[in-house]
Amino acid sequence: MTLTTAPPEAPRPKRRVGDRIFAGSATGAGILILLVLAGVAVFLISEAWPAVTAPAGDIPGGDGLSAYIAPLIFGTLLAAVIALVVATPLAVAIALYITYYAPRRLAAAMGYVIDLLAAIPSVVYGFWGIAALAPALVPFYVWAEDNLGFIPLFAGPASPTGRTMFTAGLMLAVMILPIISAISREVFSQAPALHREAALALGATRWEMIKMAVLPYGKSGVIGGAMLGLGRALGETLAIAIVLSASGGITFNLISTSNPSTIAANIALQFPESTGLDVNTLIASGLALFVITLAVNMLARWVVNRRADFSGAN
Amino acid sequence: MTATRSAPPETRGLVEQSRRLPRLAPLGLFGLGALAGVAVSALTGFSVVLAVVYAVVLGTLAVYVASRSVEGTRKALDRLVTCVVTTAFAVAMVPLVSLVWTVLSRGLRRLDGEFFTSSMLGVVGEGGGAYHAILGTLIITGLTAVISVPIGLLTAIYVVEYGTGRLKKAITFLVDVMTGIPSIVAGLFAFALFAIFFGPGVRLGIMGAIALSVLMIPVVVRSSEEVLKLVPNELREAAYALGVPKWRTIIKVVIPTAIAGLATGVTLAVARVIGETAPLLITVGIINGTNLDPFDGRMATLPVFAYYQLTQPGFPPEFAIDRAWTAALILIILVMALNVVARLISRFFAPKTGR
Repeated sequence: MTLTTAPPEAPRPKRRVGDRIFAGSATGAGILILLVLAGVAVFLISEAWPAVTAPAGDIPGGDGLSAYIAPLIFGTLLAAVIALVVATPLAVAIALYITYYAPRRLAAAMGYVIDLLAAIPSVVYGFWGIAALAPALVPFYVWAEDNLGFIPLFAGPASPTGRTMFTAGLMLAVMILPIISAISREVFSQAPALHREAALALGATRWEMIKMAVLPYGKSGVIGGAMLGLGRALGETLAIAIVLSASGGITFNLISTSNPSTIAANIALQFPESTGLDVNTLIASGLALFVITLAVNMLARWVVNRRADFSGAN
Repeated sequence: MTATRSAPPETRGLVEQSRRLPRLAPLGLFGLGALAGVAVSALTGFSVVLAVVYAVVLGTLAVYVASRSVEGTRKALDRLVTCVVTTAFAVAMVPLVSLVWTVLSRGLRRLDGEFFTSSMLGVVGEGGGAYHAILGTLIITGLTAVISVPIGLLTAIYVVEYGTGRLKKAITFLVDVMTGIPSIVAGLFAFALFAIFFGPGVRLGIMGAIALSVLMIPVVVRSSEEVLKLVPNELREAAYALGVPKWRTIIKVVIPTAIAGLATGVTLAVARVIGETAPLLITVGIINGTNLDPFDGRMATLPVFAYYQLTQPGFPPEFAIDRAWTAALILIILVMALNVVARLISRFFAPKTGR
């Protein structure tokens, strides 16, 4: 600390020992966090390295690392995109309902109830998905195969258990719903009161007020929230490991029995029984997941933080 | 409304009065439309899901059409959005209610004394419990808290009280990014860290605690930071004016003022990690007996216990599956209880900021 160079600061010739210890440990804790993040990357790379350099035939599947990871990345992205497409509009509507439509007295309680969805552990979602959600969706899959079969997404044949990519995506949607709606709620409630009242004073209906004053202000917040949700959906592990009946491969068919697995679910399923190079391969796939989620999260934070620069006047 | 007093009839003519639906009319119309929806679904072969879908669609349509013919397109659109937004909220309630119902109805079967007092040692088929798993979860979560709370708190203090310039910005940003690390990656990190020193087959309770700490620290930092920022600067300045050194100001003034918020944040952070399964699955594993030493071999934890009981039930499967659901129920109860405790702390010990 170079306090002596700051002129407005009162001259402090010697800093007390307690101060120095305290400031030092606080700074140390901050730096430790940087080290941990760097450590995650370093240790994952060092453990993944044997798989990267190994001959292609030794990797599970026999076609090399990229051929092993590619379908997993595809499955991860597919499930996350389904979740995002389902959850984002729903979450925005919920956020609007809680901030501008719900009775004032109940709004806080409703927000809390939605937040409870975020508190439920991932493994319990998996239980619910396989016991309640998947069987409930089977009639829909049969119907979709018969009536929407011309769309490649619903080509079928419909899975009799319901443990499909679509089920996994829907479950992820439920899991990321509270994240997106919490952030949307926050930005919507921060929309400048003057703008809202001006809109209402000019005779706008409530929806027109929201369209003109709230949504433009909250747009980047919603985008950031959706990307944070995407980050969560990409890394979700056990719910998918339990629900999805994965068979590998790349397919856009969402309702059949053959589904691509996701990186995280694949690690959870394979890791406990793996040894040697298989472990390194799984860690390499985990590294890929880490990089993807890191990129998504950084982008999301950048979008969300950029909002702080906006004044209420644009 | 004071319209009758302040607006005499003669000035009324200046503003064109628009026609409005009576206050309760939309509700009634929605109800009528919903009834029609149920009727339609009853004609085409009754199913609960279809009935609700038809009811909502027809109810919304009834409100929209009526409003459009009486109030005009703008008001009608407003009412349509109101219906849509309310429906969205109701839709989000469906999974929550369904989940709680499923777990309760299946988990209550084995919620008995034996479940809390016996482990799975030597149990095949009926009986057995999660005594070892519950204790394991408590020990590992406790260790996680012991590691994460000091680091998280100190980091928050650094960011709020000491931090300047680029380091502060970097830490704030990276803590945000760290919040998004997938739990399985945290588990792989702990595994990789220990595998380098102890060889690839290592499974320890402390590995799980370290993996969970990676997930918990950023949550603690974020919540503590928010709370510490709420402490009014006047308090700090008053302490400095009395000649109190900065570190004593933080310990004696800032932290006591913010203690309720800090406790809430820590409780919520514990609630977040207590149900984590994936990192424990690959770092701690599972055993049937009771192991209470986190530095020696595999341990059982509640989420992993539930996962294995469901996915590898053995034969006959129904007993293990019942145990799995009861474990899931206990997990939910633990998480909900922690959430309620956090709410209570923040309500009853809210900081008195004097505003």
